[in-house]
Amino acid sequence: MPGEKIVLLGVNHKTTPVEIREKMAVTGGYEPALLRLKGIEKCKECYLLSTCNRVELLLVSDRPEELEEEIIEFLFGAEIPREQSSDYLYTYYDEEAVHHLFMVASSLDSMIVGEAQILGQIKEAYRHAAGLGCTGALLNKLLHKAFSVAKRVRSDTGIGSSAVSISYAAVQLAKKIFGSLDGKKVLLIGAGEMAELAAEHLVGQGAAEVMVANRTLSRAAALSKRLGGRAVSLHELQSQLEHVDIIISSTGATDLVLHRDEVKAVMRQRRNRPLFLIDIAVPRDLDPKLIELENVFLYDIDDLTSVVEMNRSEREKEAVKAVGIVDEETLKFQQWREGMAITPTIRAMRGKIDAICRKELERTCAKMPEISAKERKRLEKMTRSIAAKVLHDPLQYLKNDDCERSNEKKVYNLRNIFKLEDGDDDAS
Amino acid sequence: MITEINFLLFQAIIAVTLGSTAVYLVFFISQKEKVRTVARNILLFSGVLQTFYIITRYILTGHTPITSMHETVFFFVWALTWAYLSFRWRHTVKNFGTFTSVLISALVIVSAVVSKDINPLPPLLRSWWLPLHAGFTIIAYGFLALAFVGGLMYLVQEWELKSKRFGYFFSRLPSLQALDQLNNHCLTTGFIFLTLGIITGTIWGKQALGTYWRWDPKETWTVITWFIYLIQFHQRLTVGWRGKRAAVMAIIGFCSVIFTLWGATYLLGGEHSYAR
Repeated sequence: MPGEKIVLLGVNHKTTPVEIREKMAVTGGYEPALLRLKGIEKCKECYLLSTCNRVELLLVSDRPEELEEEIIEFLFGAEIPREQSSDYLYTYYDEEAVHHLFMVASSLDSMIVGEAQILGQIKEAYRHAAGLGCTGALLNKLLHKAFSVAKRVRSDTGIGSSAVSISYAAVQLAKKIFGSLDGKKVLLIGAGEMAELAAEHLVGQGAAEVMVANRTLSRAAALSKRLGGRAVSLHELQSQLEHVDIIISSTGATDLVLHRDEVKAVMRQRRNRPLFLIDIAVPRDLDPKLIELENVFLYDIDDLTSVVEMNRSEREKEAVKAVGIVDEETLKFQQWREGMAITPTIRAMRGKIDAICRKELERTCAKMPEISAKERKRLEKMTRSIAAKVLHDPLQYLKNDDCERSNEKKVYNLRNIFKLEDGDDDAS
Repeated sequence: MITEINFLLFQAIIAVTLGSTAVYLVFFISQKEKVRTVARNILLFSGVLQTFYIITRYILTGHTPITSMHETVFFFVWALTWAYLSFRWRHTVKNFGTFTSVLISALVIVSAVVSKDINPLPPLLRSWWLPLHAGFTIIAYGFLALAFVGGLMYLVQEWELKSKRFGYFFSRLPSLQALDQLNNHCLTTGFIFLTLGIITGTIWGKQALGTYWRWDPKETWTVITWFIYLIQFHQRLTVGWRGKRAAVMAIIGFCSVIFTLWGATYLLGGEHSYAR
């Protein structure tokens, strides 16, 4: 394993425009692509991730430099000129590759930081790679580690708790008012796209019924059908006020649609049940004075934007914490790898034997005060050559490139036989 | 022997209760579930210790320990702690424990600084009505105090929602709906116990003093308190008073409770001022 390296190559939404990514995405499913990768000589282990935002490869190889040309060919195919591809592609080795993978798995490299989908996609990709036998001991360990890092980031930081969007902000506010949205009734005034999206979100969170009031009734009917609600005419607005809990207004009207006094009159019949009003129309539909009424909560598009902003700054703080976790885990993984590597094991073995030789030599010399410097040199030479001869076969066993046993297994065996602790590596 | 146990229990209660508040505050800042569980268990432990303390105090004094200021406040602590734990058993209100534990700690400190001397029980109070009357009243105080804490939280959260300043507390406070439900639940329970306390008090008064009602300052203030809660109770049932108004009423009502407990005793005197 002396030269065994982890390599990560890929493109993502930050480096590569979507037109290029489209061409690169693995269209025919993972299997043919993975089999092609497996076929590449000198590539010991491989794994491939392809999502709409990124295409990434993980490889384990002794001579990754020699592979690069072939991999670029694999990634970009014939359609993209070589010189162009180097602008898009990023390549990371060992520690950096591990770090990048952990960042991606923890959703810190995502377009919407903190979204939860990516971990599922990586698991899916890994299942394919492992199923085809593309991954070996190193990548298995690395990817499992990536899953647990992502899990740790999710549980130790608030990164996943806030995603960004206006509809999300509306749901968040609604939850702070109503607790749960179960059984709440939504009224859309105007059938705009944004209102539709917000209503969809609310229904997804448990809202019971969506009513749509629109100037053109046919559009209201179509939208309410899609949302599983019913259409009402604009004249019914006043009578509907008594029953609904959430109103989203987005008409193109130049005047106010709902006035303070109209709502005030209805609050008593509502027995003061809270009313949550969202005004996403410009110019505004809902009387700004509505906020003065007790148990009425009114927000316009700017207010919602400020909730989105709040989420963002909160999330950035959490992201700093999350990167700290990723750094720490990367270091741990590197330490594990070094512990498993051959060179430090050899060094540790030599160190241990040398220490024994020196100690025994001192004891013997202490008992022979009349010994001359020349004789002492000779003794030293003798112990050294005994040590070297004793070590010869175990070292051969370690360095030998036989295919029957993996390097990890050999390192593990020798470490057990010689009782080498992890700390011994540094001592010598 | 029992004196020492009693003394040690009280020291332990101070340490454990303040400890639980400290852990609750850590939870409030860090928002880690594990920390909250720890805090709640410490508070539960404090509640158990409090119960033992009241038992040892009963053995020491030979009557229900609810006649001196120290005993009354401590009983209040006990009622508040168990009112919270019983509420928590049925309902979850985000971060309610943090706010409540601060109030519990404050009351523990008050009970620690006032005189802990054991006063002989005046003959007038030697009756089985004492634990009933005072017990019901103080348990009512426990629930009314919870409603007060919930009311404060409601006002903060409502202010954040209305002013559209989504600051530090916004994400840490529960929904308005949850706080309003808490208000309803605790006021109802508290109101029932307060009513029971008043009824047992009048019956006892008739037996011991020959008259149901004597308009002594504490009685007067209890009636004022009772009416404040009655208005809120009535308005919620009839026209659906809720939200901010209910929260404000819970706060006004609790101020009246505190005045009845301390103000009426220290400033105005009267039959109930045994409870010094």
